[in-house]
Amino acid sequence: MKRFGIFAVIIVLISVFLGLGIKSLNQASGQGNADKTLTIFNWGDYIDPQLITKFEHETGYQVKYETFDSNEAMFTKIQQGGTAYDIAIPSDYMIEKMRKAHLLVPLSKQKIVGLSNIEPEFLDQSFDQHNQYSVPYFWGTLGIIYNDRYVKASEMQHWRDLWQPKWRNSIMLVDSARDIMGLALVKDGASMNSTNQVQLQKAATDLDQLAPNVKAVVADEIKMYMSDNEAPLAVTWSGEAAEMLANNSHLHYVVPSEGSNLWFDNIVIPRTVKHKKAAYAFINFMLQPKNAAQNAEYIGYATPNRLAKRLLPKAIREDKQFYPDQQTVRNLQVYQDLGPTWVQRYNDLFLEFKMHK
Amino acid sequence: MTRTSRLSYFSLYLLWILFFVITPVALIVYQSFFNLNHQFTLQNYRDYLSSSVYLRMTLNSFIFAFLITLLTLLISYPAAYYLTRLKHRQLWILLIILPTWINLLLKAYAFIGIFSQAGSVNHFLTFIGIGPQQILFTNMSFVLVAAYIQIPFMILPIYNSLVDIDPAIINASHDLGANNVQTLWRVIIPMSANGVRSGVQSVFIPSLSLFMITRLIGGNRVITLGTAIEEHFLTTMNWGMGSTIGVVLIIIMFITMMLTASRRKGGVKR
Repeated sequence: MKRFGIFAVIIVLISVFLGLGIKSLNQASGQGNADKTLTIFNWGDYIDPQLITKFEHETGYQVKYETFDSNEAMFTKIQQGGTAYDIAIPSDYMIEKMRKAHLLVPLSKQKIVGLSNIEPEFLDQSFDQHNQYSVPYFWGTLGIIYNDRYVKASEMQHWRDLWQPKWRNSIMLVDSARDIMGLALVKDGASMNSTNQVQLQKAATDLDQLAPNVKAVVADEIKMYMSDNEAPLAVTWSGEAAEMLANNSHLHYVVPSEGSNLWFDNIVIPRTVKHKKAAYAFINFMLQPKNAAQNAEYIGYATPNRLAKRLLPKAIREDKQFYPDQQTVRNLQVYQDLGPTWVQRYNDLFLEFKMHK
Repeated sequence: MTRTSRLSYFSLYLLWILFFVITPVALIVYQSFFNLNHQFTLQNYRDYLSSSVYLRMTLNSFIFAFLITLLTLLISYPAAYYLTRLKHRQLWILLIILPTWINLLLKAYAFIGIFSQAGSVNHFLTFIGIGPQQILFTNMSFVLVAAYIQIPFMILPIYNSLVDIDPAIINASHDLGANNVQTLWRVIIPMSANGVRSGVQSVFIPSLSLFMITRLIGGNRVITLGTAIEEHFLTTMNWGMGSTIGVVLIIIMFITMMLTASRRKGGVKR
């Protein structure tokens, strides 16, 4: 009992010590001053930390950076409104959903400098017409990654190629209903936002036929597996692909020319905003070509900022894997928010596919 | 201790149960009666019972939970039995508890490293001339990893019930002419049945709704009810259907508890 008491006292002392430490650190960095802060809610590791420091120096705001790992988790947190997020960076369909749920604050255009730096074809998208609520941050695609030790480039150019019996037990799919159902739809020329029962059923049946070729349906681990040559083929997003390609020189990324998904992560101001001025300062800061280019080089995703793109090294700028040609870009489709009933339908069919042996 | 102070302790316990057991369960049951448009309906239950996907998933969960429990029991009972005869028992028990201090996710990732194509098991198989095999994303690897994670929760209750057996009873059994096998079968196993029951409960019930390992080790080639609940709450945000499956799990849990509850009449009496 005595020893237990000593143990308890030590724990309490350590806690108090750490608490005081955090407090003094916060004061040193000025976080105690609530008026000059900016709270950013973003995906993990999705901004060059040096840019945050630069922003703080230039504007005098203190940045609080919080992260989420799925659009849905972010949605729930902003809906509950517990934390005063000033900036959030959701994906396309989620922006539409948040707008419908009245979770977004409309942007006043006269406060934004540099929206014209953005490539016009990435503005005015279906999920946010006239960019009333959002400013593009990064964009990307869905595609196939292959390992040139096992797969020849000519064998893997289209979604249909995944169905070849040769690839039995070889493919890793990303665990996302919209993307996998989407590729099954688009391979027959259907819309990736299809709400046509016949098309959806056909896509689901085709996916069931793909099942013997599927090795696993996983998430973030795809990066690790592909880098370690665990599987010759994978279907995932360009951003993930960039990271894998950096780790393993045998990997290549293809966006099938018949069509694929075009996704956006855009900056929005959520309803929970407390520091509007700081939020606009951040949007303008990220729109500056130099900063956008630095961020794109650090993250490895494609920047929608055409002036920033010019500042990137030639090897990145002309990489067809991540900046596909006009022809392919024209066939890319952006996901729309289909409403809960259809989202459920997509997920039910996908779940059925996952259970198919 | 006075009566009032005992009452206040008891009310503290009651409050705990009320807020952290009864309220959440009530909320889940309540949620399960609402569809996507927040209308009161029985549709979720009708969907569940008429969907071959969900019924197959339930069956899958059952089979896997059963296999995991069986495997852990087969490993744990002899292990617990030998533990009781060892010299430095406390140390050995500590070594069995130790892995439970490590985060589940870390353990799963460690197994990915062991089972992958470039992992140590495949290195060994290549070395002895069998050649690399697909180990990850198979039913076998899923059951193995799940059993590994659950083993401490099976060993401890069995060990505790075995330690409680008075050695004099075993001596008496031998004196009365029973051989080792008979002693084990007629005396030791019946007297440790309570430990086995609580071990089975604490392994079988969580195994029904495992979800992280189904993806990391099973590569989503193993789908259990846990996967469906995760999807309904995190992806489709269909909390009603997610809660319905939750209610089904709670019901199964109660049935399991009832079936494995210790029977009072006859049998073991002390």
